[in-house]
Order: sequence, then C-alpha cells, then structure tokens
Amino acid sequence: MEGNLNLTLKIWRQKNTQTAGKFETYQVSGISTDMSFLEMIDVLNNRLIEEGDDPVAFDHDCREGICGMCSMYINGRPHGPNRGVTTCQLHMRSFKDGETITVEPWRASAFPVIKDLVVNRSAFDRIIAAGGFISVNTGNAQDANNLPINKDNADDAFAAAACIGCGACVAACKNASAMLFTSAKISQLALLPQGQIEAATRAQAMVAQMDEEGFGACSNTGACEAECPKGISIENIARMNREYFSATFSSK
Amino acid sequence: MTKIDAKIPDGNLAEKWTKFKSSVSLVNPSNKRSLEIIVVGSGLAGASAAASLAELGYKVKVFCFQDSPRRAHSIAAQGGINAAKNYQNDGDSVYRLFYDTIKGGDYRAREANVHRLAEVSGSIIDQCVAQGVPFAREYGGLLSNRSFGGTQVQRTFYAAGQTGQQLLLGAYSALQRQVGMGNVQLFTRHEMLDVVTIDGKARGIIARDSVSGALERHFGHAVLLCTGGYGNVFYLSTNAMGSNVTAAWKAHKKGAFFANPCYTQIHPTCIPVSGDHQSKLTLMSESLRNDGRIWVPKKENDTRKANEIPEDERDYYLERRYPAFGNLVPRDIASRAAKERCDAGFGVGSSKMAVYLDYAAAIIRYGKGEANKHNMHSPTDEEIQSMGKAVVKEKYGNLFDMYKQITGEDPYEVPMRIYPAVHYTMGGLWVDYNLMTTVPGLYALGEANFSDHGANRLGASALMQGLADGYFVIPYTIGAYLAAEIRTPSMSTDSEDFVKAEKAVQDRLETLMNIKGSKPVDYFHKRLGKIMWDECGMARSEKGLKASIKEIQALQKEFWSDVKIPGEINNLNLELEKAGRVADFLELGELMCIDALDRNESCGGHFRIEYQTEDGEALRDDDKYAYVAAWEYEKQSSFKLHKEELKYENIKIAQRSYK
Ligand SMILES: Cc1cc2nc3c(=O)[nH]c(=O)nc-3n(C[C@H](O)[C@H](O)[C@H](O)COP(=O)(O)OP(=O)(O)OC[C@H]3O[C@@H](n4cnc5c(N)ncnc54)[C@H](O)[C@@H]3O)c2cc1C
Ligand code: SF4
Ligand code: FES
Repeated sequence: MEGNLNLTLKIWRQKNTQTAGKFETYQVSGISTDMSFLEMIDVLNNRLIEEGDDPVAFDHDCREGICGMCSMYINGRPHGPNRGVTTCQLHMRSFKDGETITVEPWRASAFPVIKDLVVNRSAFDRIIAAGGFISVNTGNAQDANNLPINKDNADDAFAAAACIGCGACVAACKNASAMLFTSAKISQLALLPQGQIEAATRAQAMVAQMDEEGFGACSNTGACEAECPKGISIENIARMNREYFSATFSSK
Repeated sequence: MTKIDAKIPDGNLAEKWTKFKSSVSLVNPSNKRSLEIIVVGSGLAGASAAASLAELGYKVKVFCFQDSPRRAHSIAAQGGINAAKNYQNDGDSVYRLFYDTIKGGDYRAREANVHRLAEVSGSIIDQCVAQGVPFAREYGGLLSNRSFGGTQVQRTFYAAGQTGQQLLLGAYSALQRQVGMGNVQLFTRHEMLDVVTIDGKARGIIARDSVSGALERHFGHAVLLCTGGYGNVFYLSTNAMGSNVTAAWKAHKKGAFFANPCYTQIHPTCIPVSGDHQSKLTLMSESLRNDGRIWVPKKENDTRKANEIPEDERDYYLERRYPAFGNLVPRDIASRAAKERCDAGFGVGSSKMAVYLDYAAAIIRYGKGEANKHNMHSPTDEEIQSMGKAVVKEKYGNLFDMYKQITGEDPYEVPMRIYPAVHYTMGGLWVDYNLMTTVPGLYALGEANFSDHGANRLGASALMQGLADGYFVIPYTIGAYLAAEIRTPSMSTDSEDFVKAEKAVQDRLETLMNIKGSKPVDYFHKRLGKIMWDECGMARSEKGLKASIKEIQALQKEFWSDVKIPGEINNLNLELEKAGRVADFLELGELMCIDALDRNESCGGHFRIEYQTEDGEALRDDDKYAYVAAWEYEKQSSFKLHKEELKYENIKIAQRSYK
C-alpha cells in the first residue's frame, strides 16, 4: 500500500433527465493509491449514505475494462487521463495529493443523462439492430474449418471487434459522432468472408440508424481514436466510408 | 419425499439425444407465433436462447439489468471455449470430452446431460464462426486451439484473452437482429423481482424498471431464467458487481428446487486482495497455466525478491505433486494446493497469501522458437527475450496489461503474484434433462442451473454450456412443454395472481426503504462474504458450518432492522437494487452452509477437512453421497432435502487422480 491522498471532487449531480444538473463539491481523504477510481467513489458514496445523502449514481459492472458500462468524463477526458484504459481500470496512483478532480457524465444529445453520471446509450443497441450482424440462423452453419480465413484479416477483424460499446468516442468528439463505434462493427464483419455478402446493405442500414439517433458528423479530428480505451483505429472509419459509398453507388 | 424425475430419455447414452430430438413434440410455425416466451438474462445462455427461439417464430421478451444486453457478465470470460472438434488430431472425441467433464466434476454430474453437451459442442464453434466471431487462427487460416486444466488434449478455442466478449457479441448480434425484425422485445435496465405462477405453472414475471422505479407485469407461456451465477454471495469474487442470485432465489421461493448450492469454484489464478477497499477480484485466465509455471520458495518465510531466488530454491509444487498434469491440474486441486503452501508459511508478497505464476521460462522457450523460425543461429539473450515477449504478448497481452494496471508491476519482468478467488458456482436451480425446473414452464439455463459440471467445472466449459443450452438444447426441449400449451391464450396481467405478486414485490421494496437503519448495504454484504469465505470457502468443517448458520441468521435479522437505503423508490436507486440482492444472498448463504454440512464427504470444490486422504486429496463417499442435493424451500430458514441419485452406467466411478 502506497501513500494516501486527500482530494477535492467536483461531481455532476442531476436528479433525472427532466431536471437540470449542477456540480457539487466533495472532499475525500485517506484514499489509498492502490484503489481504483470507482473504489474511491465507493468510499465517497458510503459516506454520503451514512450522512443521509443520496450517493452518486454511476454505471459499472465488470470493473475490469471489458463490459463497457463505466463511463466517467474525468478532468475533461472520457475515462480519465490514462490512455487505453476504462474508468474502472483507472487507479488512484495516477492522481496527486491535493488534486481537484472534475467528474461528468458523457455529454451528447443522443446519450441523455438518466441520473448523475448515468446516461442512456440504447442508441448503440439500435445501431447494431439495424445491421450489425451476419444473417445466419442457429443451425445453418457449416463446419468451422471449411472456411479458412487469412490470419491478417482475422486479426484485423478481432482488433475491430474489441470495441466495448462504451461511448467514449462519442463523448470525446466535439460533434458527438458515433462513427468510430459504428465503423468498428462494419469493419469487423466486412473483413471476414462470412460478412462480405451483406457488407453493402449493412453499412447503409447502420449509418442511416446512426444519423437517425442524432449523432453528429465526422470532421476527422481523431479525438475518438485518442480516447478509445480499446485502441479502435480510425482506419475503420475509412473502411466504413468505402463500404458505404460502394453501397450507395451500387444501389443507384 | 416427492420424487424428482430427471426425465432422462431411455436408450444408449450416445443415442439418447438423437432419439429425443427425433421424437420430441413439435410446435407448428403458426402456433409458435402465438406463444410468448420470457427470457431473463442476456448473457451467453439468454442471448443465444432468445435469438434462436425468435428465429423459430416464438414471440420473445428479453430482460437484463444492465443498460445493454451486451454487458452481461459473460462478456468478461477470458480464456476460451471447449469443443470436441479434434482439429488437432490429438485423440479428442465426444466421449473424451464427456469423460473429462464427468471426471473433472468429481463424479457428481449427470451422465446424460454431459454427454449431450459434448455432442453439441462442435456445432457451437460452427455457429459462432458463421456469425463472424473472430477466433484465433493459424497462418494457414484454420482455427487455433490451446489446452486448459483437467485435460490432455488441445480442444479450447479462443479469441486472445477475450473469448467471452467475442462469443457474447456474436450472440448479441443475433439477438439484436431479431430485435430489429420485431421478434424480440428488449427490456434493459429492468430487474426481475418475482416469478408469477398460475395454477402451478410459471406464467410470467414482475420486473422493476430501474430508471423509473415502476413495477411491471409480463406474461409468458414459459419463463427462462438465464441469470448467471451467485459467486457474489462471497462479496469478493471475480464476478461482475451486479451478478446476483435474486432471479433464481425468487424462483426457489416459488417452488423451484435449488441444487448443490455448496458447490463453489475457487479459481486458482486471481490477483490477490490488496486492501479493505477492494470491491472485486480480477481473474488471470487459466490459459496462463498453459505456459506459466507456478512456484513458491522452498524456504519458509523467504523475503527475497522473486528474481533473486535461484532455480534450485524454488518449489514448483504442482509439477512436484502432480507430474502427469503439472500446472494443468483442475482448478479445485490447484487452489487447495496454493492454500496449503500459503497456510504452511511459504506464501509470497506482502500479505504472504500469494504464489508466483512465472513466465520467464516460457519467454525463453518462445524466443528460441522464433529464432529457429527466422533462421537466426546464434541469437543474443536480448533477442530471445524480446521475441519471446512478443509471442507471449500476442497470446496473453491483454491479461498482462490488466495485471500491470491493477498491481503496478510488469509481469513481463517479474512473476505475477496470484491467489485463489471465488469464481463460479456449479450449484444452481435444479433442472431436468429438458432444463425445466420443478416449476412447470420455468426453465433455467447457463450458470443459473446446476446441470453439467458436478462438483467442479473444468475451464472453458461454462461458455460451452451456456451456448449449448441456448442455441442447441432449449429450442428442442421447450417444444415438449409448449406443444401442450398451444391452446392456452395469452393471459391478461390484470388477473389476481399477477396483482398479488406485484403487491408482494411492492411491499418488500417499501419495507426495505422504511428500515431507515444506520448501515449501508455493503456493510452487511462484506460481513456475509467474510463468513462465507472463512467457513464455506476452500475448506469447510462441521463445526465452522454450524456456527456460520447461526451467524448468518443473526446477520439477516440485523440487516432487516438496520440497513440504510437512501434515495427514492420511484427513481434510479442503485442502493435499493443492491439491498434486494444482498437480502437474497443472506438467505442463500444460509442454504449453502446447510448443504455443505449435509454433504459429509469431500468432492471437487466442496472440501470438508474431516474427509481427506492421507496426502490431503478430497475423499468422496460414493456409497452415501452420489446424489444431487435438491433443496425445497419450506419457510424462512427451513429447507427440505430431495435426492436425485446419480447413476454411472457408462463411466467407471473412480478416485480422481491427476498424478
Ligand atoms: C472473469 C471470468 C472469466 C471467465 N472465463 C471463462 C472462460 O474462459 N471460459 C469459460 O467457459 N467460462 C468462463 N467463465 C465463466 C462464464 O463466463 C460464465 O459462467 C458464463 O458466462 C455465464 O453465462 P450466463 O449466460 O449463464 O450468465 P451471465 O452472463 O452472468 O448473464 C446473466 C444475465 O442475467 C441478467 N440478470 C441477472 N439477474 C437478473 C434479474 N434479476 N433481472 C433481470 N436480469 C437479470 C443479467 O443482466 C445478465 O444479462 C468466466 C467467468 C468469470 C467471472
Ligand atoms: S470505439 Fe472505443 S470508445 Fe467507442 S464505443 Fe468502442 S471501445 Fe468505446
Ligand atoms: S465496469 Fe466494465 S468496463 Fe468498466
């Protein structure tokens, strides 16, 4: 156990979607540097409960960087200061004693705040429902090794499939664009022979849903890639655009 | 004693499933459209079941408590999924997978279910690949395999250290496709708080919308619980924070028997506890035991750093005790061996409750292999190290990163410190061959049931079971029930049974809110966890269990008089949700101790210190305990035992040996 920290927290509090929110300031002390950021919030919450206040609501589940549920905007950056990690993987050793830490929810009109730091990301589910799949019913499959796949393509597909659907890319983007998320799924499937058959219609359907949800346009600033905890590459957006334009072209 | 009937089909083991499938009643397509099925849970079991049933034409509703079905705890599974494909030509077969699973489960699983699991395992891989699941591949483009504990063949398919994620995203895609087509209605941020039974049959659920706090009634001709395991009864476990027993426990109180609750899997390779603040434990996948070597110093209380301890002063205790399987012995054995060394004073790290998992030898081995591949005849040590590390990174990179983030230490340079942690629960709702509980129309799939793993689960077999249940078993077995339901019209949820069930849920929530005590929910959960870990964890005793039952009962009382839940009932209230779950864990914990006390033998994950061989191995008592313990809820703290006798007709039951 390393040192202990005393910190000032400025946390966004909002009762529900309908009410306006505001920052509240809290002091926490004796925070071990071995704690995770969420464990630090746990400490604050248990204190708030004991004092009779409402604890800070936040999303989390796996606490190991894979479910994509945690989503805090810390000191102006989605998932905080470290690259390649989610909020739940952020540890207090990344902060200094006496620091003030600002914590906000994801900000995007397509992700309305539900309460405090909890937002509604169901738009992502609808984008997948629009086309993020290969149309194969259970039982339709042939033997898996009848379809050899070039290892490089398989590895690239895996890299795109590593997206955890957290929404940090949207939160990082000044236009609140969902291009990185959407393109990751489109790329994954387009890179695989099983997925190529529907590649064009898939790209069209998913992009249309993305627009309908109210996500913004992409202006190529790359903030999404820089903040993505899973290193999803912006090349996926280029690949998506290729699939999309070939689709619009051929549908004419 | 009511007789429980497992409904195992007649005939030879290898033919049971085929015969069942060709004789089970079918529901014709137009009737399927008017049959409604509720699926609670969207993990591997729930998502695969819901997608497959919707594809068949049933009307499906899916519930999960997270904000998206893709976040179910299955997403966190790391290492892999087994299948008897025999792609490696190393002697695998359906029979061998069946045999390994029964033996790994310490002869406490049902033969017919396990054989069926092995039979369908190959189709799972086919289905997943067709969906676009990016499994690891070799340069020739074919699928790659690795080995897991308790087996001597390579039958595990994987996607780096993110196999569960990729499999779940495959099932989630299939599910979302059905959502898009209007065949599945999705209810996220919804928690099921009771099963509704009408005339003895499951007919729906009561669910709470977490955002608005409103209670809802939902009808279904059948209800499937795919709600995962209950390892969080121990407070600290590798499970996700929200994993809970509530759905299964409510079903239990409505008449579903709970089987083998005491069978808990303590996983040998987890990151050790670092302090009181700890909220969960992180698994380091068992796949690491493929290449990593586990050791402790030979000298007691050795305070030297790992890298300063010379080779001949290290005790590779698994290789020493179990030469045939070495570091790949099953989990229960590896966990107990680690505990034994630490209890004896050979543990490492500041807490001394840890052992080393060392990659130094693997890095050199891989580095030399790469040098050969690239025709480098006299590679330097640095070259070997760097090429070896690159191979290890490709295979296990995300796990190594995770270790580093949590501990602040670099496992490429120093051995990892690991210790056992609660990981999986073999026990669960009792189900028959059709996966139906003792309540007609109520099914349990995936980790929520007890069916296939006996007293110990082999690695990479939970993913296999969840997907087998959902993709390939339930679509057939549910027909046996629903074929007789085609004349049952969809029922109004205004009936007395629904109204009463909702009222009971409402009353309980209000009672919780009104306690207005002095301690947060976590306080009680931590205390329960400590009792369970100390007395119903890796080693159990009659004395400890008896005392624990009393302690837990006292804790239940204290909880119901002193818990403090802030916030409102009609708003997002995460503490209220947690309180409901902990209240159920408090009752389950008691039953787990009762079950552990009843089982006067040691088997798999259940180790009673009174029953062990001279060299400390689990000592089963097949004459008296070759049964599934199925508990019926009578009233608070009162449970009745029913026994399902386990018959081994195809495997000779023997003492498990991995030596
Ligand atoms: C860290 C880790 C690594 C693992 N690695 C492996 C591995 O490599 N190989 C392997 O075979 N197994 C592995 N396992 C085990 C395996 O992941 C699980 O047993 C399996 O995924 C469980 O799947 P499931 O579908 O039964 O349940 P889960 O995936 O746990 O899903 C439960 C679902 O039920 C829902 N739910 C629960 N209660 C309610 C309620 N009351 N109301 C509404 N919804 C509810 C949840 O929202 C969720 O959708 C691992 C487990 C852990 C913890
Ligand atoms: S692309 Fe990256 S940031 Fe965006 S949702 Fe996926 S993992 Fe999160
Ligand atoms: S809580 Fe799952 S990714 Fe952070």
